Amino acid sequence: MVLDAILILGGVGLAFGILIALANANLTVWEDPRIGVVTSILPGANCGACGLPGCRSFAEAAVAGTIQVSQCSVATEASRDQIAGYLGVDAGVAVKRVARLLCAGGTDVAIQRAEYRGVATCGAAAAVAGGGKGCTWGCLGLADCERSCDFGAIHMNAHGIPVVDPVACTACGDCVEACPKTLFTILPVDQPLLVQCKNLMVGDDILSQCEVACTACGKCVQDAEPGLISIASGVAVVNQELAALADARAVARCPTNAIVWLSGAQFTRAPVSEAA
Amino acid sequence: MWFTSGFAHGVHPPESKELTAQLPIRRMAYPKEIVLPLRQHAGKPATLCVKVGDRVERGDKVGEADGYISVPIHSSAAGKVVDVDWWPHPDGTMAMAVRILVDPYAPQIPRPRMVPHWEGLSVDEVVQAVQDAGVVGLGGAGFPTHVKLAPPKDFPIHTLIINGAECEPYLTSDHRTMAEYPKRVHFGIRVMMQTLGVSKAVIGVERNKPDAIEALTRTIPTDLDITILPLTVKYPQGAEKMLIHAVTGHEVASGKLPVSAGVVVQNVGSAAAIAEVFETGLPLIERIVTVTGHGLTRPANLIVPVGTKLRDLLDQCGGLTADAAQVIAGGPMMGLAQANLDAPITKGTTGIVVLARQETRTERVYPCIHCGRCLDACPVFLNPSLLGDLARVGRYDEMTDAHLSDCMLCGSCSYVCPSNIPLSQLFQVSKAGLRRAQASAP
Repeated sequence: MVLDAILILGGVGLAFGILIALANANLTVWEDPRIGVVTSILPGANCGACGLPGCRSFAEAAVAGTIQVSQCSVATEASRDQIAGYLGVDAGVAVKRVARLLCAGGTDVAIQRAEYRGVATCGAAAAVAGGGKGCTWGCLGLADCERSCDFGAIHMNAHGIPVVDPVACTACGDCVEACPKTLFTILPVDQPLLVQCKNLMVGDDILSQCEVACTACGKCVQDAEPGLISIASGVAVVNQELAALADARAVARCPTNAIVWLSGAQFTRAPVSEAA
Repeated sequence: MWFTSGFAHGVHPPESKELTAQLPIRRMAYPKEIVLPLRQHAGKPATLCVKVGDRVERGDKVGEADGYISVPIHSSAAGKVVDVDWWPHPDGTMAMAVRILVDPYAPQIPRPRMVPHWEGLSVDEVVQAVQDAGVVGLGGAGFPTHVKLAPPKDFPIHTLIINGAECEPYLTSDHRTMAEYPKRVHFGIRVMMQTLGVSKAVIGVERNKPDAIEALTRTIPTDLDITILPLTVKYPQGAEKMLIHAVTGHEVASGKLPVSAGVVVQNVGSAAAIAEVFETGLPLIERIVTVTGHGLTRPANLIVPVGTKLRDLLDQCGGLTADAAQVIAGGPMMGLAQANLDAPITKGTTGIVVLARQETRTERVYPCIHCGRCLDACPVFLNPSLLGDLARVGRYDEMTDAHLSDCMLCGSCSYVCPSNIPLSQLFQVSKAGLRRAQASAP
């Protein structure tokens, strides 16, 4: 009785085993083994910053030669060089890019018109009367971006403004998607000229809502190289194609400090966790 | 017919209509300044057609309709255009608006007809006249009325349904319209019936408005087949699909429009507005607004020029009481709390409700206990509990599979939830998130 069972089950197992072995021998799809190696060196964040769905797709593209290794903004310099060396290609030049916030209206400078009570996310607040902030274009300070960041690069500061750590930021763009007011933009870290405002009103009316708003006065347009800055729908816009022409003169006469000359992190104020 | 005069599920919030239900409609004094947002309707915003410094008369166009699903905006008072800039909109955003300083010495009297007489107009001419008069659904959503008067030819329409349910608590503007101007309502229905080419109209009115039902019944024109259908008092009885179910006994399938069931639904206020447009020859420049709530000194039903700032309107009603806590444009179930009293009354503002502090609650949100009360409340038979869980973690695609698109944000689930979970708001966010995902999808 017991022997029958062992023989039957063992026989079935053996038969299927042989079937699998035969299938493996005849139906194998050959894959470039380098893809696996490159995938194992990549950070495995699957963040999508390179524009591909995940790290494995990036490895396939890198092996096929359709993408430069430097396009992975998450990998360290060392691992990029390692991949480039392994594949025998040039890693390419990586321009370090980071997320920049186009709003500086923290609770210290921007007024709150109404008290928002409800689901404590920016998306929910934006759906209800714009969130109660005086400026309806500005940062709501409820940290959707902080929660969306897979790299811990965003921390809210004491005034409810997200501070992006330029070292930890990989420019993956998750915060750009998370922000209901679309206040984040991805820019090269060595581009120091930035207009930290998105309000569309022209003139000083907006100053009753926020002290650091762009009033579209046009002083920066006059002071910068011609064509570098323009006023478009009530806010100064830096032409990124001419960014190399930028210099600190443009920010000197700004009456509200809406346009700034950055070095490193955008907001220097300490995050809440460290200030406490 | 008692079994067809309601729908399953729904909730019974305290009505609080007694504050204004018996107050006759009065005209409010002209404010010093009016603000006319160019976006007051569903569809494309109007395009500006005046400039700063222009003198406008009462009824003059300040914005032209931009395309078919759009309507023009008219000045509700004679005065001078002082500014065209971003201005707070009652939907919480900023919108382009025309600010008009009202001429205090202008008589503000009716002018020569701007809208042709109705008699003798062809169907297309009536539809065009309704669009030119800027008439939109006055029930809140503000969908241009002329579009609903010219349904696609491949959907035969057999019944015109007039929505007089007014199921939102506090609001009584439709109630007073029906009770005081029943003949005007019937005239509007006559215009709509002839334009649509239907022989049958049903006015659905909740049973808590016996004087309105009585007034409408007394004045039914002998040559028209108009039925007054008393409806069960229940929220959201005035939702389009609930009303169609109550009147016809049929449900409109998920994702389908009412025309697929052979009916067109119009708000009773829109019917009165169409009648007024053709009677007076003036475009839609004022509307009846219920200003009410326990945080207000003197509640009232007022004829308000479109563009009146909430601040001026509340001042005319004696101002806020000391314990006023929240100003809501629309009803308390679906209306939007206002962050700025400079926002104007638009064509879609049915009422302004000022809640007192003890009426607004900010209670702690507890986890879902799966009691199922939201399932019993949801008028479109969704599972708000499941949808809420999905919304919290942002799984919007799965919410689509659970029929999020059928949710009309009536708020019944939030109302009954013993854990105070803001379900309706979560769904609003999810819908916005889905729209953004679809917009960015390749």
